[in-house]
Amino acid sequence: MKKFFTKFYIVVVFAFLYLPIFILIAYSFNNSKSGVWNGFTLDWYKELFRNELIISSLLNTLFVAIIASLVSAVLGTAGAFGIHKMKRMGKTVFKNATYLQNLNPEIVTGISLMLLFTFFKMTPGYATLILAHITFCVPTVVLSVLPKLRQMNVSLYEAAMDLGCNPRQAFFKAVLPEIMPGIVTGTLMALTYSIDDFVISYFTSGPDSQTLPTTIYSMTKKRISPEINALSTLLFVVVLAILIIVNVIGVRKEKEEARRASAFYKK
Amino acid sequence: MKKYISIIATFVVVLALATLGYFIFSEDEQAHPEVSEDGTYEGGRITVDNPEYYTKFRGRDITLNVYNWGEYISDGSDDSVDVLEEFKALTGINVTYTTFETNEDLYAKLSSSNSRYDIIVPSEYMATRMINEGMLEKLNFDNIPNRKYVDTAIHNKDENADVYDYTLPYTWGAVGVIYNTKYVDEADIGSWDLLWNEKYSGSILMFSNSRDAFGIALKRLGYSLNSIDENEIKEATESLKEQQNVNQSYVMDQVFNKMESESAFIAPYYAGDCLSMMDNNENLAFYYPEEGFNRFADYLCIPKGSKNKEAAEAFINFLYETDVAIANCEYIQYFTPHTAASELIEYDERIALTPALMEKSETFKALPGEINQLYDSSWIEIRSRLDMNEIVIVAIILGLSFAVLISITVLRRVKKGKQNY
Repeated sequence: MKKFFTKFYIVVVFAFLYLPIFILIAYSFNNSKSGVWNGFTLDWYKELFRNELIISSLLNTLFVAIIASLVSAVLGTAGAFGIHKMKRMGKTVFKNATYLQNLNPEIVTGISLMLLFTFFKMTPGYATLILAHITFCVPTVVLSVLPKLRQMNVSLYEAAMDLGCNPRQAFFKAVLPEIMPGIVTGTLMALTYSIDDFVISYFTSGPDSQTLPTTIYSMTKKRISPEINALSTLLFVVVLAILIIVNVIGVRKEKEEARRASAFYKK
Repeated sequence: MKKYISIIATFVVVLALATLGYFIFSEDEQAHPEVSEDGTYEGGRITVDNPEYYTKFRGRDITLNVYNWGEYISDGSDDSVDVLEEFKALTGINVTYTTFETNEDLYAKLSSSNSRYDIIVPSEYMATRMINEGMLEKLNFDNIPNRKYVDTAIHNKDENADVYDYTLPYTWGAVGVIYNTKYVDEADIGSWDLLWNEKYSGSILMFSNSRDAFGIALKRLGYSLNSIDENEIKEATESLKEQQNVNQSYVMDQVFNKMESESAFIAPYYAGDCLSMMDNNENLAFYYPEEGFNRFADYLCIPKGSKNKEAAEAFINFLYETDVAIANCEYIQYFTPHTAASELIEYDERIALTPALMEKSETFKALPGEINQLYDSSWIEIRSRLDMNEIVIVAIILGLSFAVLISITVLRRVKKGKQNY
């Protein structure tokens, strides 16, 4: 009985999480614009690739997200390293300042950035959009790199120096590989935040740089086109594929390491 | 490190697949307009009155920023005409096209940031407000020869004095009631009262934008939908609160799904969109209420700060080419203010407006600031009213989660206590 309930519970939870996505996928094959099932079609996928507005907003979104997350990976790692090396007082202040940016309601960030850009007479466009995205991406990276730095053995850096590295080499050869997982996690998080973001993009994008969420939102007066379902399906499949591939490679690598280790001990 | 390389490799593969898909899918049957070497326009699907007019922009590297409603231009899907593509090929002018959702969004974007748009499409009341605040340029009608096609029944100097020098209408339409014949008695239809009818309690929808909702309530009470009388507005507010008792929900685009899947039976909406719902569900029917209803138009305007006013005017002129007007009218399904096009198009008789009906229609006017505020605060008052049921449900949920929280804490304590032994 208990077993049944645990299983049932898991099914319910996963249904709750994934049912909406599967319904969306099903409707991307629906042969009608309405929410009533009417037969199978691949037309929306064809239309999707023909719809210039959707494709260009998608490319804008990806372009902005990739640039913003890469830039914030560099800035965030540097920032985290700096904060890590600070004295207690400074550490607290800067860490909380970073948290604050993350906790701040998006709408506040969005409006204040818009005011800032207006104040400096910047025309909204790619530049403002990317700057805005970097603003909320950097804290994400900082916050995921900091714990890695804390976990790292304090003497690692000094040991590298002792063994003849100069500070730059010590950072790149000893510290960076150690905190790399944190940087990658942070960057990927930043990437997803950036792709997701609606509120801040809404206030800072210009006539040439509309992102996907804004485009979808603007469709709501008329009917949201099923092309969006098709696009979401594709994005979901891509993310799923990446996840699976990364995991498979991870498992293989672990096996490989285990094999090597056992071979080593046998000797 | 290998792991990251593989991530990047996956990305590359995916991108490659996507481009491949793009080429497979987009290699389509449709002829694309092309510009031949001598700069003439070929292979397009439209004819224009005077091709000569559009040639002067060629080679000048102009980009127009167009800001329009979502899904509001014929875009080449379902074998329709791709209006922007045709315009680019014809003139050599590049167009960046972006979309907004409400008049208020448009206003906010335009008034508070340095965005440079060349063409915007506000509804009449918002166009008036923008003109009053000096945000729009006057049009130079010498550059828009196709102005001769404007339907004077929709747009004339007397009725539209406020906006006359600044704009030309893009589309127009009217608000009516769509209902499901399977569930709604024929005897009950004809008036706005249907939206208040208790017989259909829980199956009635209402606009979630204040101007349209108040318009309906005011019309039902026999007032103008531009009422500035505080008592009338109060009465309308009460009436909307009363409507809330039979209302299922406040909607905009959700109306499509709800009506088509028959989870609601009665809703007010824009005639052109109702037509597309009726196409998807044959039980749906439509009428214009006898008390009068809102007739609206969306206007093509050039905001101050446009750097390419002449090219923007060419764009407006292009939208007034007969073929383009027909294409847009068929795509959007709203009425066209273009005389030659409306002669060629036969409007669906279910939503067609007879002269007698035209008499009953009224357009929105811009309201003075304090009246606007009164409408806003009344709307908030209506929408933020929780009914008893909702309060009870919220209380139960809060109580339950609190109980769960406490029991978890207690359980933990107990467990810890046991371990300590």
